[in-house]
Amino acid sequence: MNLKVDWRASMSLVGRVTKYLTVAFVVPIAAGLYYGDGGLIPFFVTGAIAVAVGSALERLDDDPDIGAREGFLMVAATWFVVSLVGTLPYMLEHLAIQNGALVHTTDTTLHNPVNAMFESMSGFTTTGATVMGDISFDSHTRALMIWRQMTQWLGGMGIVVLAVAILPELSVGGAQLMDAEAPGPGIEKLTPRIAETARALWVAYAGITVVEMILLYGLHVGGMAPNMTAYNAIAHGFTTMSTGGFSPEARSIEAFAAVVQWLIIPFMVAAGVNFALFWHVMNGNPRKLFEDVEFRTYAGVIGALSAITAGLLYLDPGLAGPATETASQHYDGVAAGPIANTFPIFEDVEGALRQGTFQAVAIVTTTGYASMDFNAWTGAAKYLLVFAMFIGGSAGSTGGGIKIVRWLVIVKSLRRELFTTVHPDAVRPVRLAGKPLDDRAIRGIYAFTLLYFVIFFLSTIALVVDATLAGRPQPLSVIEAMTAVAATLGNIGPGLELIGPMGGYLDFSPGAKVFMVVLMWIGRLEIFPVVVLLTRGYWSS
Amino acid sequence: MITLLMGPFVHADYERGERVVQVVVVGAGEVGSNIAASLADANEVVLIDRDPDRVEAVTYRLDVLAIEGDGTSLSTLKEAGVEDADMFIASTDSDEANMVSCATAKTVSDAFTVARVRKTDYLTTWRGAEGAFGVDFMVCTDLLAAQTIVRIADLPGAQDVSSFTDGRVRMAEFEIPAGGSLANQTVESADRFESLTFAAIIRNGDVEIPRGDTRIEPGDKVVVIGSPDSCQLFAAEVTTEDGLAEANEVYIVGGSEIGYQTAKLLEARGLTPRIIEQDPERARWLAEELSGSVVLENDATDIAFLEREHVSDADIVIAALSSDEQNLLVSLLAKRLGAKRTVAVVENGDYTSLFETVGVDVAVNPREVTAEEITRFTHEEHTQNVAIIESDRAEVLEIEVGEESLLANRIIADATADLPRGVVVGAITRGDEFITPRGETVVKPGDHVVVFIDSDVLDEVATRL
Repeated sequence: MNLKVDWRASMSLVGRVTKYLTVAFVVPIAAGLYYGDGGLIPFFVTGAIAVAVGSALERLDDDPDIGAREGFLMVAATWFVVSLVGTLPYMLEHLAIQNGALVHTTDTTLHNPVNAMFESMSGFTTTGATVMGDISFDSHTRALMIWRQMTQWLGGMGIVVLAVAILPELSVGGAQLMDAEAPGPGIEKLTPRIAETARALWVAYAGITVVEMILLYGLHVGGMAPNMTAYNAIAHGFTTMSTGGFSPEARSIEAFAAVVQWLIIPFMVAAGVNFALFWHVMNGNPRKLFEDVEFRTYAGVIGALSAITAGLLYLDPGLAGPATETASQHYDGVAAGPIANTFPIFEDVEGALRQGTFQAVAIVTTTGYASMDFNAWTGAAKYLLVFAMFIGGSAGSTGGGIKIVRWLVIVKSLRRELFTTVHPDAVRPVRLAGKPLDDRAIRGIYAFTLLYFVIFFLSTIALVVDATLAGRPQPLSVIEAMTAVAATLGNIGPGLELIGPMGGYLDFSPGAKVFMVVLMWIGRLEIFPVVVLLTRGYWSS
Repeated sequence: MITLLMGPFVHADYERGERVVQVVVVGAGEVGSNIAASLADANEVVLIDRDPDRVEAVTYRLDVLAIEGDGTSLSTLKEAGVEDADMFIASTDSDEANMVSCATAKTVSDAFTVARVRKTDYLTTWRGAEGAFGVDFMVCTDLLAAQTIVRIADLPGAQDVSSFTDGRVRMAEFEIPAGGSLANQTVESADRFESLTFAAIIRNGDVEIPRGDTRIEPGDKVVVIGSPDSCQLFAAEVTTEDGLAEANEVYIVGGSEIGYQTAKLLEARGLTPRIIEQDPERARWLAEELSGSVVLENDATDIAFLEREHVSDADIVIAALSSDEQNLLVSLLAKRLGAKRTVAVVENGDYTSLFETVGVDVAVNPREVTAEEITRFTHEEHTQNVAIIESDRAEVLEIEVGEESLLANRIIADATADLPRGVVVGAITRGDEFITPRGETVVKPGDHVVVFIDSDVLDEVATRL
């Protein structure tokens, strides 16, 4: 067959990115050295493999030339290969030579390749769904735990965007690549040079991350958050701004004091904002932020959802304390610390407001942190979160999901349909911030959203069927299957019931896990760049 | 009509015994050849056009030198003698070509350059920077026409409306309907409006300067000058129709440049005009540009469509299609369906009165509007603004009173006694203050006066004021 895609060029660039990924291992290695609890060897081994594989791929094409098609392949393949390389530290952890044989000195769930792939993809795509059996330093080294956090930070603003920012070879065609990777329809070039745009985005991203880390650690130094150590501050800084949601704490953000939870909320909100707007703010143009239609809608949605959720929680007698009938199912055996951070909620303004806002923001921005186990909520509030899973952050943010801007366009074009029903001759372009949108762009948005829901429903059926066939230890309810798909496709993380914020995806069959790896992958790249690779026309015409 | 308009400028120089004015006109289209024709009597006119057929036609039809060539090329302009020209008018259909022509002419000549443009962006730029593009005077035909339409639409019953002294003074012409409250009254009893002057009555085409005992008859056209508020009050007396402030349903038929500009002006007034445009691409463009309007894509002569869109409830229908015939048809159709008021654009000046006779409420001729603008600079230097009444039967001028003016430091009764009949001082502004002129009012140098002048005495009077 005569291929119309220069796959060698694409894979050569994938190799280059993979090679440079090794640089990121500096952070886990430094953490391992500082805390002295070992676990460095997996990173050296992985680094060596990444450099070898990367160099090998790079040799496929000395002078890669990227067009639109090669761009899709390069971006899709980069995310897959990088995630694949990212599995190695998980699988190699605790590996040692004993009596002449390679054995794992401590057993972890991540030694299983499928689990490792799930965790790695969940990390890079900033999903935050976990199959880690025991989230504690008893089972895992600090080096590995910070690596897990860091995968999310790298994936947050985008591996390819980072590559465009630092690798000069990618400047030609870089806009194509960023467009394929960046969340939302289309990208906004901030500067004439795409590499500078990519750099500006990463600088804004890194800058806000560092501010958050300092503030979190400041709370610790100030005595208000005893367990927000420097390690935790860095770890949570990595996963807030990337809307990732991994936490080295088993109870996620519930492990921390109320003041920490309050501090994290604005940073999650910021992570769901188009980073181009922060660039404008940093350039002394703060009005751009408040004039932006998507930002205003986003702020309105978050405000409304938070208020409604908080109101429902305030009126929920089941949340009076950990011992009530509904709460006790989820809070039996939980340590006193997190419980003290959480309750009371019922008829407590601060508690209800904090829990409602935190969860609503965490889900809408697709961060997936939890400041309590929201499985303990009663119906309405819980299902409001399911609804929120389909909103998503802003275009150009680190959040996943369908995105505010798409919903805006859909609502506006529906209004147009209603208008043209009354006035069949009316010509009425759909406007966003006063600018008329091309009808092709609107069609693209409809197609994306429809495809998103089709994938959602088909995948739900697939998971339920798989669970029935595989015979899980506990049966999978439809709501669990639905939220599992919504949470992985939307890169959110936690769902409801078993896969709730304090649970995990460990019980799914290997097949289901591989399936969800694909969901996270296509969800992060917004479906089309991956799905287009599956069409015959892409390769041959 | 244009012949008359160009008169004052031409005569002023000619009669002073100066040499014959040399004019170069680029573009032998309708506007260009009309200007050339009107100037040809007393000036040496050279006309440039790229189309050989047009050049040939003009050569035989007009007493001008017609040259075939590109008006933006220096060699053609030199051939036309632009170096010695006093005036250079670029009036092709292309805005860019007109501006480049003016700039090119400026490189070798001191001629006063005039460019006709359609795009308002250029006008904005030109206003922002004196002499931009090498243009000394820029005329934006379609914008002027649109502004006139909106002014007329705003004053119910008015046939013509012009603004003076930055909108502080307004001139309006009304036709007095039979049975109205003003019909068969004397001017004295009708003159119960603060700060409003009855400038003239036009009866059967003749200009009459009203006295207190002049009786207003149905069918008369009354020209009043006063503050905008008093004009509104007067309009309310003439007709029971609503102005724009009360109008909800405004339809613009035809998305031509005039239609587009009108819609923009109406949008700025907070209205939601509906524009009917047949061409899908133009309709799409209009819809993208005009966020505050509703654009309907259909044939405006489709009665079923007009009924469906409730044109019958329209307060005002503005016909701005490119052909006069269609505008007439649409206006009559809308009127028939029940539209309260129709304003039609008419390109051919001869049809203006015909339109109004058969039932169109007001016909606006963009060329007449352009002429008013061009006349502004052909008059004496201190003339600020001009309005032309009834196809040049009279003019209304805004004049800044100088020390040597006949009006300066005198009471108006004395000053007018020195002037021939046919001159009425309609309004005075002193700074921001509006002064209603009465016989004993003293005019001071620096005041702006708005004067109604009969065309018969225009040349004689204009120089003395």
